[in-house]
Amino acid sequence: MTARTDAPSTTDTPTGTSAARSSASSTESSAPSTTSAPATTSATAERPASGSAAPVPTGKPTAAPAARRLRLPDRSTWATLLLALPVPIVGLLLWNLGVKQAWTLPFGIQMGFLPTPVEVAQRILDLAGAGSIDDAFSGTLLDHLGASTVRVLSGFGLAALLAIPLGVIMGRFSLAFKMLDPTVNLTRPIPVTAWAPLTLLIIGYGDGSAIFLVFLAAFFPILLNTISGVRQVPVRLVEAASMLGTRSGQVLYKVILPASMRSIVGGLRIALGLSWVILVVGETVGISTGLGAMITQARDMSKTDLIVAGMVIIGLAGFVADRVLVGLVKLVTRSRPTLS
Amino acid sequence: MPRIGTIRPTRPADIEISDLGKRYGRAGSGIFAMDGVDLSVPAGEFVCVVGASGCGKSTLLRILAGFEPATKGTVTVAGEAVSKPDPERGVVFQDYGLFPWLSVSENIAYGPRQARLPRDVVRERTSRFLEAVGLTRFAAKFPHELSGGMQQRVAIARVLANDPSVMLMDEPFGALDALTRSSLQAELSRIHRETGTTVVFVTHSIEEAVFLADRVVVMAGGASHGVPGHIREIVPIDLGTDRDVTSPEFNELKRHISALVHQGVEAAA
Repeated sequence: MTARTDAPSTTDTPTGTSAARSSASSTESSAPSTTSAPATTSATAERPASGSAAPVPTGKPTAAPAARRLRLPDRSTWATLLLALPVPIVGLLLWNLGVKQAWTLPFGIQMGFLPTPVEVAQRILDLAGAGSIDDAFSGTLLDHLGASTVRVLSGFGLAALLAIPLGVIMGRFSLAFKMLDPTVNLTRPIPVTAWAPLTLLIIGYGDGSAIFLVFLAAFFPILLNTISGVRQVPVRLVEAASMLGTRSGQVLYKVILPASMRSIVGGLRIALGLSWVILVVGETVGISTGLGAMITQARDMSKTDLIVAGMVIIGLAGFVADRVLVGLVKLVTRSRPTLS
Repeated sequence: MPRIGTIRPTRPADIEISDLGKRYGRAGSGIFAMDGVDLSVPAGEFVCVVGASGCGKSTLLRILAGFEPATKGTVTVAGEAVSKPDPERGVVFQDYGLFPWLSVSENIAYGPRQARLPRDVVRERTSRFLEAVGLTRFAAKFPHELSGGMQQRVAIARVLANDPSVMLMDEPFGALDALTRSSLQAELSRIHRETGTTVVFVTHSIEEAVFLADRVVVMAGGASHGVPGHIREIVPIDLGTDRDVTSPEFNELKRHISALVHQGVEAAA
């Protein structure tokens, strides 16, 4: 039993590498995502899509982060693009053709009533202040987007602020869980859209109602994911922390939160997506600025190009919001494994 | 292999276990999983506990660690009753229990940081024990990037960095392949000689026990045998250091312990 341990033997070499992680993040950024259910991408994004990542760095562990920082688009990025582009392009062409020839689709969809993709694009440009339509909506994009974003962030932020601590408490202490879980499960199935009429009566038209509805929509996904994340923290990690001298008050911060981070972030992403969905409902009545209000006004004036433009912008806003959230989490957790 | 160095960890502690018993479930119902266990481990000794599944050897270790309360009896380490986990009693688990979000060096520095040692002391200890387990080159890696054997080395280094007076190991090499296992056994044996820490090591492998231990505690019984788990015999291993697993003396001890472990198991199985 002498010198066989100073170099790891063949049975004892590192397996996963940070090269795998960097390629995972590049596939994640180009993964398709919808505003309503962004959390589905979190599971799939963990695995690299192809095996063509950079060769495993052997000697120097410092080589990997440097390569990550440069990150030129490599071959797999182009392959991803090439595979992803045809479907939307064909979709746009069919859409254009359908409108021109006034197709009737299943569900009685009459494409003749739709704007063409070009008209929608012109409308979006006009909303952004660079167009030629010149009506009451020209150049108002930032007003609407700004108002909506503030409402989403207020409701979502408030929900996160309350639901995460509550979820940690319910996940960690069975007394709290037993006291609160039945109420949560009875309240949760009420659709947020069903809250809307009551909300308008008891809060009144305006920001308050919209923010409250967003808050309701965001609250439960965050709460439930936090609870399940906290409950799934391996007992072993708590034991390890305690035998290493972690004071009992610190276990929450040192072990429970980091170990349930992924689940909490998953809940935040679902909630943020839902927030944009509910925002449109919340802005339908009695509000003059906001993307939902804009769509409602467009409907009243039968401006389908404006409606579709609003839909596209809301979709993009939800997508960007999700990316920003994921980016923030990465930044805060410094891209540590199992945290982001 | 680098030596751990001149700073010897704090006084190894002796362990006194008397009439220890553990019953799961409500008082009055069910039989004791383990009962009547008496054991004295002098400071610095390496004790292995072997026995068939369910004999209570892991329960014994978990009570020693302070993870579970005993139903009856007492456990003292260095004269103090065990009531809760303590960095003086480091535990190495079969499944490592490393923090996946911390790098190798951060895992090792965790204990010293919790103890609020000065930064330079933390840094010095971290690099010393990284070196002691041969992982200096992997300091910045995360646990998922390492093999099982390397992860277990980190777990051992992380416990050693706390200067424990007792190390409790629960089948630490059970999940490793044979080659890695024997290299870690040799390493642990060397680390024990250098630190002088008291070690209680639970294992299924009789060969591992004979290779590592000063004394082997053979446990028997268990709830499924209708008899509470208890100590059947304590076998001293006087083979000195640098043990040869192929020597006749070594194999004679293996045979003897194996007979003790299996005695009565066939009848119940």
